[in-house]
Amino acid sequence: MSSNPSGGIKPKHQRLVLIIVALVALVGAGLLAAYALSNQASYFYVPADLVKAPPEQGRAIRLGGMVEKGSLKTRSDGITIDFIVGDGKARVPVRYTGITPDLFVEASGVVAEGRMEGQTFVADNLLAKHDENYVPRQMGDMTPEQAKQVVAETQ
Amino acid sequence: MIAEIGLAVLWMAAALAVLQLFAGFSALRPGGKALAGVVRPLAVMQGVLVAISFLALIDLFLETDLSVKLVAANSHSMKPFIFKLAGTWGNHEGSMLLWITIMAVSGGVVALVEKRLREDTLIATLAGQAFVSLGFYAFLLLSSNPFERLPEPAPEGQGLNPLLQDIGLAFHPPTLYVGYVGLSVAFSFAIGALITRDVGPAFARAMRPWVLGAWIFLTVGITAGSYWAYYTLGWGGWWFWDPVENASLMPWLAATALLHSCSVLASRNALRAWTVMLGVIAFSMSMVGTFLVRSGILTSVHAFAVDPERGSFILALLAIYIGGALALFGIRASTVTEGERFSLFSREASLVFNNVMLCGILGIVLLGTLYPLMTEAFGAKVSVGPPYFNPVSAIFAIPMMLMMGVGPLLRWRKDKPSRITATVAIPALVVALVLLAVVLMFPSIRILPMLGIAVGAGLAVGSWLPLRGRNLRRTPFAVWGMVVAHCGLGVALLGAASESAFSTERLAAMNVGDTQSVGPIALKLEKIEPVAGPNWTAIEATVTASYKGGTPVTLHPQARTFTSPPGERTESALHTRWTGQLYAVLGNEGDDGRWQMRFWWKPFVPLLWLGGLLVAFGGLLALIGRVAQDVKRVRVNDKIAFRKTQQDMLK
Repeated sequence: MSSNPSGGIKPKHQRLVLIIVALVALVGAGLLAAYALSNQASYFYVPADLVKAPPEQGRAIRLGGMVEKGSLKTRSDGITIDFIVGDGKARVPVRYTGITPDLFVEASGVVAEGRMEGQTFVADNLLAKHDENYVPRQMGDMTPEQAKQVVAETQ
Repeated sequence: MIAEIGLAVLWMAAALAVLQLFAGFSALRPGGKALAGVVRPLAVMQGVLVAISFLALIDLFLETDLSVKLVAANSHSMKPFIFKLAGTWGNHEGSMLLWITIMAVSGGVVALVEKRLREDTLIATLAGQAFVSLGFYAFLLLSSNPFERLPEPAPEGQGLNPLLQDIGLAFHPPTLYVGYVGLSVAFSFAIGALITRDVGPAFARAMRPWVLGAWIFLTVGITAGSYWAYYTLGWGGWWFWDPVENASLMPWLAATALLHSCSVLASRNALRAWTVMLGVIAFSMSMVGTFLVRSGILTSVHAFAVDPERGSFILALLAIYIGGALALFGIRASTVTEGERFSLFSREASLVFNNVMLCGILGIVLLGTLYPLMTEAFGAKVSVGPPYFNPVSAIFAIPMMLMMGVGPLLRWRKDKPSRITATVAIPALVVALVLLAVVLMFPSIRILPMLGIAVGAGLAVGSWLPLRGRNLRRTPFAVWGMVVAHCGLGVALLGAASESAFSTERLAAMNVGDTQSVGPIALKLEKIEPVAGPNWTAIEATVTASYKGGTPVTLHPQARTFTSPPGERTESALHTRWTGQLYAVLGNEGDDGRWQMRFWWKPFVPLLWLGGLLVAFGGLLALIGRVAQDVKRVRVNDKIAFRKTQQDMLK
């Protein structure tokens, strides 16, 4: 782009400059995105992974597994619950403050979004089975043996 | 019988699309002029036939014809009328039929009314439209037939997903689809112009109203969808960066860029190849977003019509169309001659800057949406949410919005900075003062909402400055449209930033008679009682809310239980004041008999959707202005031609 549009630079050069500007911006966006993604993406854990290789404290992660039977307790404020999520190999205590999804019950699958604080997983959000047709995809991703184990363990 | 008619008509329409493609193709070859005359009628007829087919499906749903598989799986005889109607597109097959209907009807309308374009470019465009449609006909007829009959009629339908039984279903999907699929016209225009090497101002002027129309619907659709998700999911959020939401945002970003580069091409004959490229990208984004979600590769809280088995079909379609169009672009781009030059300090340059920023945001959203797919190939399951999308897109969005205060003030081709410094100082001062005020008064809020409030306020004020020094009565509609739309974006940003900075939340377990407060509002749980609707029963809470000790208003949040199909849904209750919105949700009953209640006070959050509607209204003003201008131009040309023939005859 020239300071004098009526002469000097050729149209071809202007096009070249435009292409370079666009490319630089897009590559910049891409690099920025790649950098931010590697820092900000939240990883999915099952309890066994969480115990084996614990993520850093406070990092946003998701935890998927089965709500252990008999572990669900409501605190005296009436809105904070504690329960244990297990996958047959390991058990993780979870705390959640809020209104639980309609089909959140013991002995069924759950995906919790949140972070580790000490040994407890503090959930900001719970995704439970919406209906009999809907299973959080990460639950569906467990191998059949894993799922069977989980069910056997929690029943 | 209706189902058979619908299916037959759909097949006929597909056959017409084949004819349209071949007639258009051969008309463009030397010596093929004979077929040129049939392309337009074919496109119109195809649109009419598909519309009939879609009406047939609507009729089946309204009658609740349970011998049709789709109706039996998604409808119920006891459903209220509006949901029987809206249920037509509340499922995979029906929404695909809606998609193809919009595609064929808009192709038909182009064939009917488009007179500004060179005839061979128009024929190439219609052939392109037919080519794109064919893939979707194949998809619909071969793998998603909406008219399939059951061997035995079902005794009763399975009903519609309770989450979808909301008035939002009647408006949101059709508007969004008109926007998505309307962009196919821009795609076909781009292909047509590449084939006939006719990329120029006339092409941009012809394409602009179509892009503008699709963009208006897309804007309304996104705004409506955001509000629907806000009140129906009961999470108090209005945007989750969910794949389905990103799928609607990406075409909007591309269409916004296209709209602006179209202006440059139409007025100044510059950015030729870039405009064509954006025409291809916009509809490609519609397809990528929709089908990534449709195929079940990405999951979403909003996805209602997932069909994983057809994933490979969908991916093949995507590869053919996007790959084909990009290949055509690659071959022909070098034949698109360079446009007019402009200086670094000009309206064009500012529009280029914003186009690049919009594409940057588009790239960031696209990468964030696809990232979980990429990592899954390496065995790691991740999800990407607001901590990525918000700051990274802001890096591009904030400079863009600052530029929106400057660009419209600049002259085309070349301008002097000194001419606009005084004018630009006004919004710059607003931004600085608001930022200072926010930093001093609310030092605890995070940086992004802070910047959002300052930039939003600056934009809402600065967007009006292009009107300065103009005779307001003579200001063209298109300029008014720009001003209103830019102001709307500022207003929406203010709403969003305020929601994020100042929302207060109260979660509590309450007995009847208990009081609570959230923000400036005092709340009391008056009673809890069962109520019943046409196909649901509910527990309803009665809550009185009083703003700063004023007259109390009553809210009725519910927890609904649907019978057909069985399902539960929380029905939040809203109370809107001009200063903000109170949001109430009824949760579960605890073992001790107390009820979980969740309240939010969200200051100025309605500005968000008001701003969205303003943006769309600005688009509408611009569209009216452009169309009126074109009609006038056509009339004047006709008159000139008429006088000329008269003079010739006199001679």
